[in-house]
Amino acid sequence: MNTIDTWVARQRERAATLPGAALPWLTGRRRNAIDSFAAAGWPTSRLEAWRHTSLAFLDQQPLAAPEDAPHPATTLAALRADFDDGGHWLVFVDGHFEPALSVRPPLPAGITVSALSEALARRPEAVEAAFGSAAGDDAAVASPYALNLALCSDGAFVHLSPGTALEQPLHLVFIGATGAADSHLRNLIVAEANAEASIVEHHLGGGNTLATVVTRVQAAQDARISHVKLQQQDEQSIHLANIEAEQARGSHFATHSLSFGARLARNDIRTRFDGEGCETLFNGLYHVDGRRHVDHHTLIDHARPLGTSREHYRGLVDGNARGVFAGRIIVAQDAQRTDAVQRCDNLLLSKMAEADARPELEIYADDVKCAHGATVGQIDDSALFYLRTRGVDETHARQLLTYAFAAEVIERIAQDALRRHARAALLSRLPGGALLEELL
Amino acid sequence: MLKIDKLHAAVDGKAILNGLDLEVKDGEVHAIMGPNGSGKSTLAQVLAGRDTFEVTAGSVDWDGTDLLALPAEERARAGLFLAFQYPVEIPGVSNAYFLKAAVNAVRRHRGLSEYDAMDFLSRVKAEMKAVGMREEFLYRSVNEGFSGGEKKRNEVLQMALLEPKLAVLDETDSGLDIDALKVVAEGVNRLRSPERSMIVITHYQRLLDYIVPDRVHVLSKGRIVRSGGRELALELEQHGYGWIESGAGAAQAAGAAGG
Repeated sequence: MNTIDTWVARQRERAATLPGAALPWLTGRRRNAIDSFAAAGWPTSRLEAWRHTSLAFLDQQPLAAPEDAPHPATTLAALRADFDDGGHWLVFVDGHFEPALSVRPPLPAGITVSALSEALARRPEAVEAAFGSAAGDDAAVASPYALNLALCSDGAFVHLSPGTALEQPLHLVFIGATGAADSHLRNLIVAEANAEASIVEHHLGGGNTLATVVTRVQAAQDARISHVKLQQQDEQSIHLANIEAEQARGSHFATHSLSFGARLARNDIRTRFDGEGCETLFNGLYHVDGRRHVDHHTLIDHARPLGTSREHYRGLVDGNARGVFAGRIIVAQDAQRTDAVQRCDNLLLSKMAEADARPELEIYADDVKCAHGATVGQIDDSALFYLRTRGVDETHARQLLTYAFAAEVIERIAQDALRRHARAALLSRLPGGALLEELL
Repeated sequence: MLKIDKLHAAVDGKAILNGLDLEVKDGEVHAIMGPNGSGKSTLAQVLAGRDTFEVTAGSVDWDGTDLLALPAEERARAGLFLAFQYPVEIPGVSNAYFLKAAVNAVRRHRGLSEYDAMDFLSRVKAEMKAVGMREEFLYRSVNEGFSGGEKKRNEVLQMALLEPKLAVLDETDSGLDIDALKVVAEGVNRLRSPERSMIVITHYQRLLDYIVPDRVHVLSKGRIVRSGGRELALELEQHGYGWIESGAGAAQAAGAAGG
């Protein structure tokens, strides 16, 4: 059992061993966060934002570290084999940084890439500004992320001084092994003016466990941040993620969410344009089967003029699974000449599969270009027939069209190795994937 | 080789083909002409195996095989090819992948070895050159964003690669300017051979200036109402379809068929 009281007690037990335990600002925020979580409890379907994804069951849900799991080094080696980029790899096992597994080549001056625990020890003042707090959020809606703040045991801290660039993607690898039933990670990415970086989160392993992850991105003027989250956790695990960006004038932020694993995965993704001329790309693909459940809730806040946002999510929903998408775009009165496109398209692969897609535009400015749309459907009959008239059997044709539907999302990932890796991850999940791979 | 006997077909309960008879021998090119709504495209789709059309009566014998009993993919592997009037766009599937999947499916069926990547590429590039397609079209999604002419060239390219025994060209001329029409027609003519039959469906006789048929049939209300040689197409050009539909042409057709 994991009642709210259990979590509160757990936080008290762990508080002294969590990183930054000696920092008053941090212990204060952690205390506020656990109080906020305790008062709100897990979000339930009574809240609009959690209507399709109640977490009430977590009160009854026993969680346990897997008794058996591949050695993290083995998991990591398999992953790294797909990349040959000489970049940074920060590896976290069961919520804790593993320096021995991490790869840390020298960095250009002005760039910090470290574990959050390291950064809290070395330069807590830099972390403080980026850390965030539970205050200001709607406590009921954001309670899982308050729990994250209260319990986070590590994560990545990245700081890019003005004009610096990480040449290679930074890989953050989070592996659930045999050591913990719950893990809570917090990643802080601070890009100063004109800085540039690409950050990839890999979430793997887990078993019957709960993982919460919060990634906070601050993009200063003209900074460019690309972020990819590839979630391939075990199919018993629960994954709750919050990605939050703040963008200054002229900055560019792309966030890709590939949600393939987990029994239940929730992704709250949002950005706010705090200056003119910001650009953002929200791109996502989910695949769920069996009785699994995935939910993406997004918010793009065009608070300032001349912003451009593109949002594309696609879902493959099979078996008795359920895919949920709710996307909200707010265009403030002042945000003239906003250009926003939002789409969510779902392919239902079985009769019992269910997809809910709700696009929402709130426009208070009058000179804007905004489009949105959502579809839930099956494979296009005329495309299927066309392939069959070329000798491709129906099963293979369906597999090909399913893959093609999903691959459009993956093609938006700019880095070659990452795109190839994501493609392979998708193919390994789809029936007939091996055959498709041979032909690609 | 192909014998269509009293074929009736309907879509959503609406009869479209009403007892269509047609016989096409090996190596022959037959043109089927007719006004809009006469059933031309339905005939093409039924032959290719589209199951939204229900065959309510009649039979199609193809070299001793009951064509209608085969699913679409088996017809294709056995050598039937339909060039679509409106080729379908398939976003996310590259033309190269599509062509290779198709060619290898057909080759497997015929007991030929599958192409490896190199052989396939050299073959496909040669065929593309012949129909005037630039190589970049290999790497674009199937038909996505292609112009009308590019789509039709892509159809002829597929026909060349799949080497069918029977090709059905459904209004391959529609939407083409004269230059594109010539290229497409040349592509088709190159494939004419004593072993390969073709059914060329068209609304206008213009295409038949370039693909000269052995026989011309006029389809009206789901039936062939008149058959003749090439000159029939020219007559239609002069008189228009009203001539057939008013009954005069049809009556003559009956006479012609009798004589």
